[in-house]
Amino acid sequence: MSDLITTEATPAATPDDQAPKLAVRDLVKTRRSTRGSIVTAVDHVSFDVNVGEFVCLLGPSGCGKTSILNILAGLDEPSSGQVLLDGRPIPGPGPDRAVLFQEPALFPWLSVAGNVELALKLTGTPSAERTDRARTWLTNVGLGSFADDYPHELSAGMRQRAQLARALATDPEVLLGDEPFGALDAQARELLQDEVQRVLLERGGPKTFVFVTHNVREAALLADRVLVMSAAPGRLVEEVRIGAPRPRQLDDVLVARVVSDVHDLLMREVVRARAEGSDRPIVQEIDER
Amino acid sequence: MSSATTSAATEKVGARRIAHEIGPPLAGVAGLIAAWAVIAALTATDAVPSPLDTWRALVAGMRDGTIPEATLKTMIRLVFSFSLAVIGGTLLGVLLGLNEFARRSIRPLVVALQIVPFVAWVPIAVIWFGATERAVVFVTIVGSFPSMTLAAMAAMRQVPPILKRAGRTLGADGWQLYRDVILPAALPGFITGLQQAWGFAWKALMAAELIIAAAGAVGLGHLLAREADDVAALAAVVAVIAVIGVLVDYLVFDRLDRHVRRRRGLLIEG
Repeated sequence: MSDLITTEATPAATPDDQAPKLAVRDLVKTRRSTRGSIVTAVDHVSFDVNVGEFVCLLGPSGCGKTSILNILAGLDEPSSGQVLLDGRPIPGPGPDRAVLFQEPALFPWLSVAGNVELALKLTGTPSAERTDRARTWLTNVGLGSFADDYPHELSAGMRQRAQLARALATDPEVLLGDEPFGALDAQARELLQDEVQRVLLERGGPKTFVFVTHNVREAALLADRVLVMSAAPGRLVEEVRIGAPRPRQLDDVLVARVVSDVHDLLMREVVRARAEGSDRPIVQEIDER
Repeated sequence: MSSATTSAATEKVGARRIAHEIGPPLAGVAGLIAAWAVIAALTATDAVPSPLDTWRALVAGMRDGTIPEATLKTMIRLVFSFSLAVIGGTLLGVLLGLNEFARRSIRPLVVALQIVPFVAWVPIAVIWFGATERAVVFVTIVGSFPSMTLAAMAAMRQVPPILKRAGRTLGADGWQLYRDVILPAALPGFITGLQQAWGFAWKALMAAELIIAAAGAVGLGHLLAREADDVAALAAVVAVIAVIGVLVDYLVFDRLDRHVRRRRGLLIEG
């Protein structure tokens, strides 16, 4: 392993003096399946996310990564363990943690600008400023001329951009992404990833990012740290730090090497999970696009 | 996206769409009148008035002011009763949509109310209120309130959970979540309820007016009771009732429904 890519067998708390922005301690999430049995979605997961850090939770479908994200968003509660925001238990959802949902959850009765303006209104922006700020953010994500369109008039990629603008307009401290680009075609996804990288470089204050993905390339492109999860029940199996400079390109040598290493890691995990009797077709679920 | 070159084409498409929209219903009405004329001509007795006789009766009714006056009085009753039914039905429906205990305890009662034909309430209304305006209003409200309630309940329950989650992560809580997310999301369902409740209110009001003939009461239903010996005049009043019902449905509720659905991309236009 090079100095730019380090892997650790167990994810350890970071040694910084600064308190972590988000701390996940021994998190367990169980849920009742439709057949009534108890399923463990997340199995004793612990990790920290530091202020200004971009962390990707990477794993096959059904590894519980979305459950973790929902708990970080405050939309769901842990079955056991603790999830701390600035050292305190997460009180519920709030505009300090914006969420990019996989299905862009725009309000269909509002124009694109209206969606952003509503987010500003809910966070107490005076009405005089809302229109301008909404336009600015829509222009930032390349939707300046679509501000008055309604969500259904936009392509999937444009809707996802609109969601990004709505999420960023209120200046959240944390941006949570639940496979936000997972349903997009390759071109739209690349443009959005570039957009996020740009936000990352131009950000004013220290913004913290947690993205959930099953796309190895996306994780390599965006993350400072990739937490690799096993298939159900979700456990953390590896932590990969990526020191490659930004903005990154997929054909950067370093990024390509991370993709290859992480992919090997996941494959090893898949093989191990199979050997332990899991019969899920995990290999197909790891997205290499 | 649009340009000057496409606007002429859009206009042409617009004209074609209007023809496309109005053509079939006009053809239907023309067919009905033709069939009616044939049946009237083939019937030996006066029991079936011809379209022309009916038209004359209508013109006479309009000239002497009985039909306009009856229509006005009826519409006042209707607006009053329908408004109360809509407000009450919406409030109760929203409550049933939000609270499971309320839903499980009250919904069966509302369904029961919905299933009992509204005409069955007429004798009870007369016993309670006498042959009065109030009895008519009561029957109209009871006739339309349940469908509004059930539609409002369904509208609340069909709000996509993802929108509520998005609203909460954007900072909407408590009543903001209702004002800015849940109620707007439920709007198409409320409009469906309005449209259904309108149909029920109109039918219930006509039945109530027809049966409950208060002294000096004026209304379209009352005209039906009064003109019992003049078939052409009866047919004219029935036609007025039908036309008002259809026009209000089409020009108010159907339009509102289309407008809201088109904006949200829920309308498939063929």
